[in-house]
Amino acid sequence: MLDTGIKVLFEGNNITRLLDGLWVTTRIALISVILSVFFGTIIGIGWSSRFRIIHVFARFYLEIMRIMPILVLLFLFYFGLTRIAHINLNAEMASIIVFTLWGTAEMSDLVRGALTSLPKHQKESGLALGLKSFDIYFYILVPQAIRRLLPATINLTTRIIKSTSLVVLIGVVELLKVGQQIIETASLLRNQTAAFWVYAVIFLLYFIICYPISQLSFHLEKKWQS
Amino acid sequence: MHPTDEIILSLDKINKSYDDRIVLHEISLDVKKGEVVVVIGPSGCGKSTLLRCINGLEPIQNGRIRLNDQTITDVGTDWTKVRQHIGMVFQSYDLFPHMTVIENILLGPIKAQKRSKKEVEAQAELLLERVGLLDRKTAYPRQLSGGQKQRVAIIRALCMNPDIMLFDEVTASLDPEMVREVLDVMLQLAKSGMTMIIVTHEMAFAKAVADRVLFMDNGYIVESGKPEEFFNAPQTQRAKKFLNQFKFSENREDEA
Amino acid sequence: MTLFLSVSNQMDLINEGTILIGMDYLFFAKYAPLYYEGALLALNIAAISVILSIMVGLCCACIHYYKVPLLKPSVSIYIELSRNTPLLVQLFFLYFGLPKMGIRFESESCAIIALTFLGGSYMSEAFRSGLESIGKLQLESGLSIGLNKIQLMRYVVLPQAFAIALPAIGANIIFLIKETSMLSVVALEDPMFVAKDLIGMNSDTKEALLLLVVTYIVMILPLSLILTFIEKKVRHAGYGH
Ligand SMILES: Nc1ncnc2c1ncn2[C@@H]1O[C@H](COP(=O)(O)OP(=O)(O)O)[C@@H](O)[C@H]1O
Ligand SMILES: [Mg+2]
Repeated sequence: MLDTGIKVLFEGNNITRLLDGLWVTTRIALISVILSVFFGTIIGIGWSSRFRIIHVFARFYLEIMRIMPILVLLFLFYFGLTRIAHINLNAEMASIIVFTLWGTAEMSDLVRGALTSLPKHQKESGLALGLKSFDIYFYILVPQAIRRLLPATINLTTRIIKSTSLVVLIGVVELLKVGQQIIETASLLRNQTAAFWVYAVIFLLYFIICYPISQLSFHLEKKWQS
Repeated sequence: MHPTDEIILSLDKINKSYDDRIVLHEISLDVKKGEVVVVIGPSGCGKSTLLRCINGLEPIQNGRIRLNDQTITDVGTDWTKVRQHIGMVFQSYDLFPHMTVIENILLGPIKAQKRSKKEVEAQAELLLERVGLLDRKTAYPRQLSGGQKQRVAIIRALCMNPDIMLFDEVTASLDPEMVREVLDVMLQLAKSGMTMIIVTHEMAFAKAVADRVLFMDNGYIVESGKPEEFFNAPQTQRAKKFLNQFKFSENREDEA
Repeated sequence: MTLFLSVSNQMDLINEGTILIGMDYLFFAKYAPLYYEGALLALNIAAISVILSIMVGLCCACIHYYKVPLLKPSVSIYIELSRNTPLLVQLFFLYFGLPKMGIRFESESCAIIALTFLGGSYMSEAFRSGLESIGKLQLESGLSIGLNKIQLMRYVVLPQAFAIALPAIGANIIFLIKETSMLSVVALEDPMFVAKDLIGMNSDTKEALLLLVVTYIVMILPLSLILTFIEKKVRHAGYGH
């Protein structure tokens, strides 16, 4: 039973198919992370400014994103845009939009947190050293903000990667979907335990990708804590 | 009140090291009932470690400690019991922040010693009254000043009815104007006949309160004697140098 | 499937009530109860999982705190596995993978096991940071008034650690409730399942989605507000000095 089941992984091009599926997943995650960092930084900087209207807007946006499960957002955008607004949009695009919206919200909160927590006296001691405000920004404040931000941003990346598994539920052909296809074929060939092995491998693939990234975030955080 | 001849605490050649570094060398010390021993010495010389070994917060490598004729450094010592006879007050404020003043004081006597709440509370109120903190009974530590917190910490230890009290630089992290109120409480306590070992950097207070002064350096007891003798005519070069630092700073203050 | 049948039986009835600003109000009256029941099911499973997660998390945090030999490395492995894999994959593995090896769970048990597997590690981290924030001095002053180890934990460490962990615990509870949105993959009829079914019939997508959003707002917003309140309160109380 054991050997027939595990065989499915090495049949045909199953391994490469799974890796292709994994690439779809990571592609969605990567694009979303890059866009989130970009938009999140802009909104975060605006949020840490004095304009009250931005505060209200950003807070509202963040709360919505925090209350709604990602899967609900995926349904909302995919079915909402295609069925209700009749916009022609494939599921992968819808996923990227949703993860970007969500990631942007989280990122803007991180940026705001990092900027507002920078101690004031840092700026003053910079002034005391005779630095111009531009220099203060680029040599003192920005490097410190990045140190605070980077671990959390990396952590956000793993959260987005894990969430990308959900896109199978709106029909993107990614890792889990490829897995399902492989299992279906295998069960036609009377391979009963294929499902166990395929899902175990997918479980491990996610772990192999996320674990090093979370370790990196953890170590950076520890290193830069002091 | 003068110390009696009855020996309450006895250290016999204790050695303490962290990894390979020896921080206490063959320390021997007898403390009589009612005696006030003041320990002074430069920072890092092992004063805190000495106190921590006495109430078992640090294990020792060699030697023997006896409290009330009971050896407390044997394997299998029930430190929970022993510590109920030893009161300790630390340098930093160590009150439990989630409990009020009175809850802080009652915790040990009620939970560890299983005494009746009524009895302990009466005792606690009496002591709080004496140090002028009865009206702060239901305050939380964060609502108290540093000096008030340390007075409460002293009472918390006292309410266990300990045989001996250990004080580790209890005024070192206080603002200068609060030092006095805490030292006064300790002075009162000494007069009432409590056996005490006090680590302090307040030399005037040491002179006033001590029956005996120990000078430690580098893990050794370098000198031991009556306060008048020690402060007026220290025997060793190291003690002279140490005391000189304080003279210097006192003179400086005079000049200013 | 029962849902699907009942819906198609009522189809004509719904169509008659259609169209006022493009919304089908009869639809709401008709299907709101389905969402309501879905929400109850999801909250029910979330509640059980939260309680189990807290127990698992507390155990793991204590094992970590007391550095229990053998168990500590196992706990670390569990936490890394749980935190670095998606719940959806965990669910697929439990529900579709394990039965092939002869280990079979009911849908609900599957959901509870997976949510607890996930939530346990998050709760453990919350408790752990709470426990670690209790300084050595607090422990020593507890010992020096003669408390034993259990009393020290009970009266000094846990109350403070719990207060510090409270916001994180609250955030984890909300996180777990949100994660129940995946339960439809193990054939549980949660709000997501209801919405999927209605959308699948290709009618009234708008209303189905609106009800879905409203359902989750009702499920989560009150908790989120309470959490914000508690967080503020804990911060202002200013434990520590
Ligand atoms: N937990 C510890 N581990 C290693 N070394 C320690 C530890 N605690 C204290 N020491 C060392 O022991 C010596 C004595 O410390 P301590 O008793 O605190 O000195 P004092 O209280 O006189 O300033 C110091 O050199 C200190 O560095
Ligand atoms: Mg010290």
